[in-house]
Amino acid sequence: MTSQAALPAAATREAYGAALLRLAREGYEIVALDADLSASTGGNKLATEFPERWFTVGAAEANMISIAAGLAATGKTVFAASFAVFMPGHCYDQIRVQIAQQRMNVKLVASHGGVSVGEDGASAQAIEDLALMTALPGMNVVVPCDVVEAEAAMVAAAQDAEPWYIRVGRPKLPVVYTESAQFELGRADLLREGSDVTLIACGLLVEPTLRAAETLAAEGIEARVLNMATLKPLDEAAIVEAARETGAIVTAEEHNVIGGLGSAVARTLALQAPTPMEQVGVADRFGESGSWQSLLERFELTPQAVAAAARRAVARK
Amino acid sequence: MTTTEQITQARDAAELEAIARRIREQIVRMTHAAQSGHPGGSLSAVEILTALYFGGVMRHDPSDPDWSERDRFVLSKGHATPVIYAALAEAGYFSADWISSFRSLGSELQGHVVRGRPPGVEMSGGALGMGLSFSVGLALGHRLDGRKARVWCLLGDGELNEGQNWEAAMSAAHFGLDRITAIVDRNHFQNDGAGTEIMRIEPLAEKWSAFGWGVHEVDGHDVGAVTQALCAARETDGAPQVVIAETVKGKGVSFMAENPAGWHGKGPSDAQLAQALEEIHS
Repeated sequence: MTSQAALPAAATREAYGAALLRLAREGYEIVALDADLSASTGGNKLATEFPERWFTVGAAEANMISIAAGLAATGKTVFAASFAVFMPGHCYDQIRVQIAQQRMNVKLVASHGGVSVGEDGASAQAIEDLALMTALPGMNVVVPCDVVEAEAAMVAAAQDAEPWYIRVGRPKLPVVYTESAQFELGRADLLREGSDVTLIACGLLVEPTLRAAETLAAEGIEARVLNMATLKPLDEAAIVEAARETGAIVTAEEHNVIGGLGSAVARTLALQAPTPMEQVGVADRFGESGSWQSLLERFELTPQAVAAAARRAVARK
Repeated sequence: MTTTEQITQARDAAELEAIARRIREQIVRMTHAAQSGHPGGSLSAVEILTALYFGGVMRHDPSDPDWSERDRFVLSKGHATPVIYAALAEAGYFSADWISSFRSLGSELQGHVVRGRPPGVEMSGGALGMGLSFSVGLALGHRLDGRKARVWCLLGDGELNEGQNWEAAMSAAHFGLDRITAIVDRNHFQNDGAGTEIMRIEPLAEKWSAFGWGVHEVDGHDVGAVTQALCAARETDGAPQVVIAETVKGKGVSFMAENPAGWHGKGPSDAQLAQALEEIHS
């Protein structure tokens, strides 16, 4: 991995349409479903070349998920896309019984995750979806940090027969990875080496966390940075190794501090390697309207917040 | 090797009635052994499953449950496991010896349907309202693959309170799926009591019709008439079809039929089992 200032900023959701087209062109037997948000998810791009493989079911997420399960039962690799508030929000039981319990080959691509949806406000801002999805037995849960990793994760999902939940976002973000970066389910990616503290981030918080590490380095604190794109199955070995080698942990995520990356890391630490830990995340409250940048400030999801948490964690060593 | 001939062969009327009696017996035996389960809404659907599996309606092969060209039967009212297990055992999908293990730890016969367990169960369920949407997905997949397989989906009438059914009904018509047939087990009772008191669903035929479905209404305990209605649905092209089967919750066991709300979800005692068996075989 290298930092790529040359690549233009892009939203992780932009990977979806590109990934569907790539998979279909390469011969994967995929079909894709949307629920009246296809221009935003990008799912409708599949229809430009493979119209028979794309279905829009209207604004009916529960129907979409159960249809997805039925299509998967006929041997298809099925992608279903909506916003993260509606999927799982409108169709949790359908995901639970028909996708997870039946272990269907269905990939849920949830766009517009987190508060960075922006102006649409609280009802549109999913801060609890990762808690719901990671609690389902057998569900793989992935939160890519940039458009490159997002496309790689979607391709990896198509190569696997199990259910996946992939959360992507709306705002255009700096690209962290080169085109050659490989995504591997369940593997933390070491983005920066350090021995004083480990910063573990996912999704939109990865790039700000790298900036926090630079700030900390200027203060003499060498921070290790792990991109924990996979929340489940969690790379527990990388967490325990980081705890033993650096003695302090910080998690950073665009999600409620209850039930997301921070909770999963805390559980691992408590059971296997008790270590001082601090969390950066949404402090158990709903979102509100505002530009996505102003919301990240309001909810303290910033490089400054990550650096401050790291100083607190180091002080507790 | 599976052939169309061996699959569609229908039994004669007397044989179908004998099969229905055996399925009823297994339903009361199963729920008695488990001292739980859902006998009422299973007994109401006996002739429906008898017609589907033994009346020459469905293409299926008990010796080859994964046959790719098979018709799919989707039990959306996923609590009616006694009737589907009894029908599948009668058809030879698995040994009738399994029946006594119903709902016990480690059994292949789970309380609510689980896909592939036992063989012949196409969909996991128990949460109402999902089966018709799943059926739409199956039908879309079959159409993509150019398969002739049909999908038969059994819904409870109380289940129709769930809004997802109507999302599914809308989408089946929108997608022009005419190899899908819904069957409504119209037994008029749901968990909390009579449907007229809990949540009225009339005018039912008009609702389906308004959603673009062809509607067939039938006496759900006349196995010959049910078979005819299902075959008529099968032969109708151009739109999805629904068969509304007028039934009695607890049919065949007097004390259940007289108190349907009381027999939604429990098993009979020893004495009640004896009485039920006597009535079923009289």
